[in-house]
Amino acid sequence: MARFRASQGGVTARFGAAQARIVRDLVSQVAELLGADPETETDEGHGANGSAGQDLEAGFGLTDATEAPRDPVLARLLPDAYRDDPEAAGEFRRYTELSLRDGKVAAARTVLGTLPARGGRIRLSQPDAEAWLRALNDVRLALGVRLGVTDDFEEVGNGINPADPRAAYVWVYHWLAYLQESLVEALS
Amino acid sequence: MSAAPAEVDLPKSADNPVSDKPWVTIVWNDPVNLMSYVTYVFQTVFGYAKPKAEKLMLDVHHKGRAVVSSGARESMERDAETLHGFGLWATVSHDK
Repeated sequence: MARFRASQGGVTARFGAAQARIVRDLVSQVAELLGADPETETDEGHGANGSAGQDLEAGFGLTDATEAPRDPVLARLLPDAYRDDPEAAGEFRRYTELSLRDGKVAAARTVLGTLPARGGRIRLSQPDAEAWLRALNDVRLALGVRLGVTDDFEEVGNGINPADPRAAYVWVYHWLAYLQESLVEALS
Repeated sequence: MSAAPAEVDLPKSADNPVSDKPWVTIVWNDPVNLMSYVTYVFQTVFGYAKPKAEKLMLDVHHKGRAVVSSGARESMERDAETLHGFGLWATVSHDK
């Protein structure tokens, strides 16, 4: 299985083609959920179909959104910053959500730009490795919500019927934890 | 990490307009984030030495939450935003 190791000035890992495909696929899905076309460098990650007013607000880093997203994955990736004060949470979201989305999409693009679809050995600079760390974490957070992960790591997926399409992602979830752990170690 | 976050009764900011209590950034426990990753984030974001970062991580893990920084409201909001960028579940509130 692919794992990261420290190397001069960064980290290195070897990915099989199937592993590379899985990582690229999941990272792309998270970026798309965050409103970006991750393959398009010119996309700013705000979604292309906003009205002129929304575009203007996006230019100032503001968003209309003052409530947590309904999609539970997005709600986890873009959480409220105030627990018992919806007004303060809304104001915080209005000023920070776009740049938070942009940062996550940029990290996803770093993964897609440094991991060839056919896999192989990759070398990452320290900044790229840190972007990978955040992107892998976002993918694990997303999978965690979809798989209903609770505190008992060993029981991940126990409540999921083998016929459920999510069942295939249980081992992916575990593998990504292993991969991310190796990256943390390589960077420490 | 471990158990669900404990419920806390935080004072509303509007109720304490002249409170001199500092603002704090709280990180809440989460079943997905790796312990090693959370420690790494505390070291990277706050420049904490590894023992301090590990202690905070273990507080989050065992107690459900930990205060990771304190100070002016604006800096706490910046900390929360940075931590959200790393995927940690962080909130801002008035210290108790």
